[in-house]
Amino acid sequence: MTATRTPTALVPAAEPAATVAVRMEQPFISITDLSVVYETRSNESLVAVDKVNLNVNDGEFCVIVGPSGCGKSTLLKVLAGLVAANSGQTRIGGESVAAPRDDIGFVFQSATLLPWMTILENVLLPLKVQNRPNRAGWRTHGMELLKIVGLEDFANRYPSELSGGMQQRVGMARALAHDPSLLLMDEPFGALDALTRESMNAELQRIWMLRPKTVLFVTHSISEAVFLADRIIVMSARPGRVIADVAVDLPRPRDVAILDSPRFTEYSREVRSHLYAREAT
Amino acid sequence: MNGQRIFRAVGPWLLFVALIGVWELCVVQFKVSQMVLPPPSDIFTSLVGGFRNNIFQRHLLMTGKEVVFGYVLGVSFGILVGAPIALSRTFETLFYPYLLALQTMPKVALAPLMMIWVGFGIESKIIITMIVAIFPVLVNVIVGLRAVEPDRIALIRSLKGGTLAEFWWVRLPSAAPYIFAGMKTSIVLALLGAIAAEFVGAEAGLGYLMTQLMFKLDTPGVFAILIILSIIGVTLYMVADWAQRKIVFWDASTVDRWKSR
Repeated sequence: MTATRTPTALVPAAEPAATVAVRMEQPFISITDLSVVYETRSNESLVAVDKVNLNVNDGEFCVIVGPSGCGKSTLLKVLAGLVAANSGQTRIGGESVAAPRDDIGFVFQSATLLPWMTILENVLLPLKVQNRPNRAGWRTHGMELLKIVGLEDFANRYPSELSGGMQQRVGMARALAHDPSLLLMDEPFGALDALTRESMNAELQRIWMLRPKTVLFVTHSISEAVFLADRIIVMSARPGRVIADVAVDLPRPRDVAILDSPRFTEYSREVRSHLYAREAT
Repeated sequence: MNGQRIFRAVGPWLLFVALIGVWELCVVQFKVSQMVLPPPSDIFTSLVGGFRNNIFQRHLLMTGKEVVFGYVLGVSFGILVGAPIALSRTFETLFYPYLLALQTMPKVALAPLMMIWVGFGIESKIIITMIVAIFPVLVNVIVGLRAVEPDRIALIRSLKGGTLAEFWWVRLPSAAPYIFAGMKTSIVLALLGAIAAEFVGAEAGLGYLMTQLMFKLDTPGVFAILIILSIIGVTLYMVADWAQRKIVFWDASTVDRWKSR
């Protein structure tokens, strides 16, 4: 025992320091060599995500852009614990993801509100499902969230009485209800018209600045990506791979006017060039 | 526009009165035997007389009990048996073939067997009514629990909700419109089951009374009971329909039909 220890005496001494350093730098989300393969009906295998490596820092607004079928939604589902990876490692806050966690808010492409519940009840769903304590305080909490998304007057309405944009705002409020540490957004504004979409982007940014969280946001839209992101991950289709990583250094809060600014256009061009460069090869 | 609305409200009733009038006139005019087709006035007299002489009440109560107990049991079993089959592959594999076989079988044909097993009392009628009422609910429970939007399931799962949370918050409410559709079919079948079972053998009940009157060739009496049965059927259906509109108010198909009225 002592014989083996003596020669390597330097290593135990160095190790604690190294661990601390790693922990300090450890990203909030770390995805290493992640691959997901789907079996299609005709028994062929489809590589949805191919050896993806991605780190996202705590509090970062990270947008994933890519064509349809680039596995960006699959990536979110792996993080949410809804889809099992075939190989690779996924960690959130240092913990390996094998099953759903109770500190993730998921926003779907369609608002996915439950039509038999009022807006307020929908917002409180995460608390109900997770049986969170302090039931008496739920209502106030829910109303607060509805105020943030500007729908406090609609608390007792039903989803069918709301427009698509309003429904999606409820979806965001719901995703925040259990105060998650990570927000996963799967093309949340994809079904909305262009104008509503722009205002929803501004809205989301405002909410995010009020309730800062790590966000992973998936979209097809380049301008949406540039408008929202601290960082844009560009993915290619079939197989889904990360082909570029663009940091967006635009001051916040960004307003709609920024869409026409030269720097915005420059970022859009850069992202677009990555997307199409890939397609040309 | 207003005339249209009045016509809609009054039209069917006017037609009803006209038909009754034509019926009455024809029977009297062509001297049709009362045994074959009694005039509406005789049927009405028989109907009122049956109640006034306290004949119908006992039988009505009996049939009512059979329908209510059989229906409630049938719906309960439909849900209790359907849910495991919908949610578990194992249960489905084991039981679904039997369900299919049972569903295609004419359930009323079990009535004689039930008489042998549990006798001519109310129990055999309740069992037949129950068996008849189970299937529409059962089938709809299976379809409904499975026809859930995948995103709703993903929503519950993403929140770390288990199978129970999934069932309670999403599957059961999503299935509710289907279950109600099944319950509406069942309520009509339950009445049919009870009456048919009484035909086979009973000590009381409207079906039993009907066979008695048939042997006495009391055709107005038979018609009177037919009217009572239709009223019961329509009433039960309306109760089920009302409950559906109250409980699954969010379901588009329910709401739309309601609004168009």
